[in-house]
Amino acid sequence: MSTAATLTHEHDAHDDHHHNPGFWQKWVFSTDHKMIGIQYGTTGLVFLFFGFCLMMIMRWQLAHPGAPVPVIGSLLQSIFGSSAFAADAHGVRGVLTPDGYNSFGAMHGTIMVFFGIVPVAFAAFGNFVVPLQIGAPDMTFPRINMASFWCFFISCIFMVASFFVDGGAAKSGWTSYPPLSGISDAGHIFLNGQTLWGSGMVFNITASLLGSVNFIATIIQLRAPGMTWMRLPFFVWAQFVTAFLLVLAFPPLEAAAVMQLMDRAFHTSFFMPTGLVVAGHITHWSGGGSPILWQHLFWFLAHPEVYVLILPGIGMVAEIIANNTRKPLYGYKAMVGAIFVLGFLSFIVWAHHMYMTGMGARVAGFFQTTTIIISIPSVILVTALLLSLWGGSIRFTVPMLFATAFLPMFGIGGLTGIPLAFNAVDLYLHDTYYIIGHFHYVVAPGTIFAIFAGVYYWYPKATGRMLNDTLGRIHFFLSLIFINCIFFPMFLQGMAGVHRRWYDGGASYPQLITPVIHWNNFMSVAAFLLGLAQLPFIFNFCWSLFAGRKVPNDNPWDATTLEWDTPTPPPHGNFIKEIRVHRGPYEYSVPGAVKDFTPQSEAPEVDRPPGAASATPVVAHAH
Amino acid sequence: MSDSHNHGKEVSPGTEPAHKPHDMHLGLYLGVGGFLICATILTVYLSYVDFGSRKANIIVAMIVATVKVGFVAAIFMHLKGEKWTIWKFLLFTMFFVAGLFFLTLLHTSDPIFGTTHNTH
Amino acid sequence: MQIPYEVTARPDTGLYNAKLGIWLFLASEVMLFGGLFSAYIFLRLGAEDGYWPHGLLNVPVGAGNTIILIGSSVTVVLAWASLKMRKFMQYKIWMGISILCGIAFLVVKLAYEWPQKFEHFGAFIKKDALSKYEGYLGNAHLKEKGLDPRVEVSGHLHEVEINVDSAQKDKLDAFLEANDLTMSPEAEGAKLLVVEHKSEEGKPREGMSPGVAEDLEAVPGVKVIAFRLGLDPVNAEPMNPESDKPHFWYKNPTDIPGRVEREDVESYSAFVPKHSPYFAVYFTITGLHGLHVLAGVLIMIYFWLPIAGGSNMFKRNPEHLANRVEVVGLFWHFVDLVWIFVFPIFYLL
Repeated sequence: MSTAATLTHEHDAHDDHHHNPGFWQKWVFSTDHKMIGIQYGTTGLVFLFFGFCLMMIMRWQLAHPGAPVPVIGSLLQSIFGSSAFAADAHGVRGVLTPDGYNSFGAMHGTIMVFFGIVPVAFAAFGNFVVPLQIGAPDMTFPRINMASFWCFFISCIFMVASFFVDGGAAKSGWTSYPPLSGISDAGHIFLNGQTLWGSGMVFNITASLLGSVNFIATIIQLRAPGMTWMRLPFFVWAQFVTAFLLVLAFPPLEAAAVMQLMDRAFHTSFFMPTGLVVAGHITHWSGGGSPILWQHLFWFLAHPEVYVLILPGIGMVAEIIANNTRKPLYGYKAMVGAIFVLGFLSFIVWAHHMYMTGMGARVAGFFQTTTIIISIPSVILVTALLLSLWGGSIRFTVPMLFATAFLPMFGIGGLTGIPLAFNAVDLYLHDTYYIIGHFHYVVAPGTIFAIFAGVYYWYPKATGRMLNDTLGRIHFFLSLIFINCIFFPMFLQGMAGVHRRWYDGGASYPQLITPVIHWNNFMSVAAFLLGLAQLPFIFNFCWSLFAGRKVPNDNPWDATTLEWDTPTPPPHGNFIKEIRVHRGPYEYSVPGAVKDFTPQSEAPEVDRPPGAASATPVVAHAH
Repeated sequence: MSDSHNHGKEVSPGTEPAHKPHDMHLGLYLGVGGFLICATILTVYLSYVDFGSRKANIIVAMIVATVKVGFVAAIFMHLKGEKWTIWKFLLFTMFFVAGLFFLTLLHTSDPIFGTTHNTH
Repeated sequence: MQIPYEVTARPDTGLYNAKLGIWLFLASEVMLFGGLFSAYIFLRLGAEDGYWPHGLLNVPVGAGNTIILIGSSVTVVLAWASLKMRKFMQYKIWMGISILCGIAFLVVKLAYEWPQKFEHFGAFIKKDALSKYEGYLGNAHLKEKGLDPRVEVSGHLHEVEINVDSAQKDKLDAFLEANDLTMSPEAEGAKLLVVEHKSEEGKPREGMSPGVAEDLEAVPGVKVIAFRLGLDPVNAEPMNPESDKPHFWYKNPTDIPGRVEREDVESYSAFVPKHSPYFAVYFTITGLHGLHVLAGVLIMIYFWLPIAGGSNMFKRNPEHLANRVEVVGLFWHFVDLVWIFVFPIFYLL
């Protein structure tokens, strides 16, 4: 059923403003999915940078406990206040206090996960690319899409504001475990770090729900004619499953956040146990609550959340690998099956984050089993991508560099997770730097590399200009080296027993950590250099907007998927001609075709009567 | 939300009734509504009947509630006539809610030291 | 630029966009309330014997509210059916009734049920003092019958006995003035003072609000000695077999006096969220549910009013309006559905 047929009578939708939108409607309160994607993307990238800076300050403290942050220490103290920074014995300002370290740590985690990766990988790329890739004019609910961004923006304001209230930002970990999170930052009933964190999370979750409903509805309802499920680009499948994870897993955390806010504001005892004693005094809670309940509700989301963090990245890498090997993905069907199994299983593995809570053998056994099983679809995905490289004509464009690096990096992250599935091993490694190394490998050289790949890949479509190639390669190689320098030693430290969240890097435990303490300085230097390595990228991103090489045509990568069928950048409504899909998403190097790629929308040749010569000459290739 | 550009198409869509009255199951809706009100009264009554243990009363009340919810979902929310798409989402949702309940409870009932009611 | 399938259904899914959207949203709401219900189960199973109350809520009122909500569910689907049959006046009537029922539900809850709770005082007795209050608790009798012990003395707070440090008496006086309270005896050097609400001519004396009692305790120099209550029937007659389990008709606190000493009290408050995990989860779930009822009512009002996006749409595109009403109807049925579980779980079990 073509789009045109439904056009006739359905005017009372929303098109009033598309004729001539003013400044506010075009750039700020836009309902166009591309603009919303860019809004999510820029906000998310800013937060990724902010979270990175928080980490750099923490890493300074780890390498030089008690030393004031050089150069900017005094400025930091003025900005963040005296709960986070203090003067040292000589009166030099800018020493990160333990409370400050905890708050930076908690906020680094929260910001990177909920305000950096998810908005960029899921919301930004998803919003921009998915409707284009399925041949749709926009998302099914453009106004809800806009509402979702602004709801997200409100949550950003809460989170940033939390740094500047009395007592500083939330400091009970990104996991916000009670009872600490119930009692900490007591002061003003609302304007305190922990309550602002909880309120920000409620808005963030609401924004996420509004967005994911939109994604699922769009992918189901607005596929162009001929775009069957098995002709979808793998990126769309990845976003589809991710959206489901968000829709179903986030609400229990929203419920839990509401309950924690009730605990803080109305002194309920959802999570506060009976007889709680703080600083030698019995507290006034009625008691009867359970801290473990929070952990269950939190991890019920947070486990699927980690798949939310990785799946869009895998989707982007799949697109880029197919495009730059000039051949179809290996095992497309297996990958689709694997991603569904992964999504399904991700809901029943969560307590592997809770092996330390005194669970018995039966329940621990259940979760160990499901956790080991879930490694299978992950391996299928990575193996299929790896095998997709075999026999390809690989072009190492900058996106391809990031995409191929993603594979071993994600591999390390995934493989280091397997021992953690077993509670016997996890009891030793839980809350050590091994865990930090494991999850950072998956997310940092994993998803963030995939995000970089996606930026370099789709930037030309969004802006009409290419990013500078040389700067891109410098960005890649330096990032690859330094990111490994930061995170690999974490496994060594973790296995030696160094805990996460020690603000002095373990200096208080010399008997434990002397063999591995020298890595702190090494990692901190690497973090700083990694930061420097991002400068070429930031410069490239901004400079190329005005002075980058213009794209030679609408399809600079010679890709097959539908987003390259639009003008560059795509107009409101996306496609200027009617779109009909005739073939699968990765018809590269089809035998007998003229070019080494056949776009999805290209019609098949008209059937010829038997005996007639083929109209398409077989082009002889140089060998 | 104004509709300023009706491009000269006179006929509004769907001015003709989409369904004839006998298609619209009006009697069915009123009947189910009456059934639900009776079921509510039944729920209240049964809660004062001693079924042996508190647990048994809970099970009885939940069964009645589930039946009521089934009717609301099937008849009022038209699930009975829907295509498979919606059912698929709901089935998964139910499975995951059940997982949330039971696995959380499994944790409480299987603590490492063999005692029950560990939360106090 | 037109989004396809806004009004007409896509053939392979049989859905128009908004219907799919609302079902997905409802799936997320199932998980939201599921999270809250799992909290309820977890907290109730983890509660010590006697610490999970029963029979504190008004069953006839709750049942009435349930029936109101079920009725509104029926009328909203009839409103949708009227639109499908293009019967405009019928639509307005059925939709109007749905809106009124929704408002009635909220009024009953917010103007009657909740305020009644906020004035109801409860004090949990310390474990080692339970035997001292056997007269109000009747635990020996309950133990014989194999029932859970009682650990709380509740009712209406009438007076509070206090001592005050004479040097800081002015702060107390200011507090009494500000809260419409009096104190007796006023005799000089009196050690024990009784604070109560000012009585007006010809009117029965009002009790004290439990929240005021908490504030009184926080006044510098004040030491609360005891609470004087008008006891709840279960505390007034703990041995009466009628008190062993909850009954249908709600029993208000009596005028039978009871006295509880502050040092025997573990914690006290009104029947507010912080009172116990039971009330915490009750107020949170019914509060969140109430917000959903409010949202539904507001949207239904929007579709009822003679505005372009509301009932005026009937002339231009009745099918679109029918779809909108169907979508809000689905949301409304979900709200009703949640209440069908909430009512027995909190009011009856």
